[in-house]
Amino acid sequence: MPDIIKIINEVPQIVADGWQLVRDSAPGEHQTFAHKIVPFAALNDPANAAVFDQVQAVCIAPDDDFEASIATLLRMQLIAVDFPSFRDGRGYSIATLLRTRYGWNRELRAVGDVLRDQLNYMRRCGFDAFAVRADKDIRDAIKSFSHYSVQYQGAADNPLPLFRKRHAGTE
Amino acid sequence: MYRYDNYDDILVRERVSEFRDQVRRRLSGELTEEEFLPLRLQNGLYMQKHAYMLRVAIPYGVLSAEQVRMLARIARRNDRGYGHFTTRQNIQFNWIRLEEVPDILSDLASVQMHAIQTSGNCVRNITTEQFAGVAADEVLDPRPLAEILRQWSTLNPEFAYLPRKFKIALSASREDWAAVRMHDVGIDLYLNDAGEKVLRVYAGGGLGRTPILSSQVRDNLPWRHLLSYVEAILRVYNRYGRRDNKYKARIKILVKALGIEQFAEEVETEWAHLKDGPSTLTQEEYARVASHFVQDAYAIGQTGDKALEQSLAADRRFAQWVKRNVHPHKVPGYASVTLSTKPGAAVPPGDVTAEQMEHIADWSESFGFGEVRIAHEQNVILPDVRTSDLHRLWQLACGQNLGTPNIGLLTDIIACPGGDYCSLANARSLPIASAIAERFDDLDFVHDLGDLSLNISGCINACGHHHMGNIGVLGVDKDGQEWYQVTIGGAQGNQSALGKVIGPSFRAEEMPGVIERLIETFVRTRLAHESFIETVARIGTDPFKANVYRDASSARENAYA
Repeated sequence: MPDIIKIINEVPQIVADGWQLVRDSAPGEHQTFAHKIVPFAALNDPANAAVFDQVQAVCIAPDDDFEASIATLLRMQLIAVDFPSFRDGRGYSIATLLRTRYGWNRELRAVGDVLRDQLNYMRRCGFDAFAVRADKDIRDAIKSFSHYSVQYQGAADNPLPLFRKRHAGTE
Repeated sequence: MYRYDNYDDILVRERVSEFRDQVRRRLSGELTEEEFLPLRLQNGLYMQKHAYMLRVAIPYGVLSAEQVRMLARIARRNDRGYGHFTTRQNIQFNWIRLEEVPDILSDLASVQMHAIQTSGNCVRNITTEQFAGVAADEVLDPRPLAEILRQWSTLNPEFAYLPRKFKIALSASREDWAAVRMHDVGIDLYLNDAGEKVLRVYAGGGLGRTPILSSQVRDNLPWRHLLSYVEAILRVYNRYGRRDNKYKARIKILVKALGIEQFAEEVETEWAHLKDGPSTLTQEEYARVASHFVQDAYAIGQTGDKALEQSLAADRRFAQWVKRNVHPHKVPGYASVTLSTKPGAAVPPGDVTAEQMEHIADWSESFGFGEVRIAHEQNVILPDVRTSDLHRLWQLACGQNLGTPNIGLLTDIIACPGGDYCSLANARSLPIASAIAERFDDLDFVHDLGDLSLNISGCINACGHHHMGNIGVLGVDKDGQEWYQVTIGGAQGNQSALGKVIGPSFRAEEMPGVIERLIETFVRTRLAHESFIETVARIGTDPFKANVYRDASSARENAYA
């Protein structure tokens, strides 16, 4: 399985990955759900109801109404959010909501069209794992986390906007 | 004006080094053009017909003399000696080489400027009123909140890949100089009955293919909630705005599809989670930012109005200039001066040479406090001029071809760069602007016509804001030929209205004649000192149509001959 980038103790690192992303098949077709990331839509299909309990990891696509099944999602080991194209920015809001509104605190992984120049924004929105697109050099991509030491606005990774820091001494 | 502190400075420099690396990877082939495209767009770099175009951000249109000199230097060194001020208060350089962009950005950073988010599907440059902080009729100054919003939107990680571009405008005057209702989000800042600063928030305005004025989402919102409320709107848009069709991707389409009530309900539901969170603004931060905009160096007890009276009486052109180009100031003895970038047929609207920029920078220091503004009508403003200096400044401005007394008149044409530069354009804008300026070169006649806005866009993206012009001209493509569609009745300000198409489109060479006939109808039917737009409102568009198309068939034949 290809390596991924994970933020471990605030440090981005390249690590071996133990999960397999399943894109098309329904949960019912699997022998085992160990180490498999299953599409949210398949999980949500009543036909697969019998095996719901065995699924440990789910991938949310931007169109999925994930909030309707939030209780199920929060029982997972891992949630992945799919970027069908790097230009599709819905995943940033999905990640922000999972982290800041629903209290998700396990692995949140970006999958799909995940490229170097988007990684830092993804991290700020709460992703802590990144399956960089297979044709790109992951050792290259990991460099993108180091560009910024300042950010103006709060985000999932740090909710305090800069203006609160600016006035920290005077408050 | 706002000056960077250490944080602002570091952020902009870090952005330059990130972009330098992205350009390096593009040049080495590590990045495909498709992957590079949104990265360069988010840094204001477009590929145009002949070269790259770099759009530099001028936050809410405010520049220092030092910044203007840097723009002049870039114009001379990296472009062909000029820059183009846009309808969104920014500046564009049209002849840029990709290899040089990182160094240009580095130079810009050295004077606290950047090109961040001047393009791309993200929150663009925040715009506000050109006379903010100096207008005689101003109740509140919108600039502190505009700067706070600029910082919040800069490199905001959640909203960098929106369905489409996103424009926010802020206004605090009764006149609405910022045209807030033609923006994706428009915000009015005012004092409520209890004397508190509050916001009226509109969403879903925009020009382009489906021009529409925005609808009110919320009123009486305390200013401290500015950021969380805008965040709620953007999150709803980011999640539910259409992404399948770029012509249906602006927030206006979402607002229309849901209806304003349901859209507002979605926003309120989202905002309920964010309200009173860490992004709630503090009085300390407002005071910190606002302190940058306090100008207390005004001289009190001005005299010299007698000399001004004499100059006004002695020089008719100067008197015209004072009437059109000089705006009342909140401090007695001062005025705000608009330098017209539209002296006539030879100069494209908004184009300013490096030499002119350097003069403007010098004047801003000798006739003010070293500050310059850019108006969305593509003109340049010196905000703090002593009335006793007006005559001297006017003479100097005339010497640099910047003293034309035509602000708000027919020849103060607003135009996008059009097909001469832009690869999106269906038709050229500049030759039309030039031909019209040439036809109406009698300044006294143009003065007699009074307030009249003429806007030209080279395509449906409407950078020339043609829908908002009293007369609007839109370039269209018919079988590979350039044609021009004409609208009348558009207006900005409190009486915002979208123009109506008068009929079939025209060829370029017909355009000066078409404008002439519209003016003819106006002059014939005008009552007393009625403005063009008042006449259109009173008599409707039919008399104008009838005159323009009175011999349509023969004019067509002549045009083809």
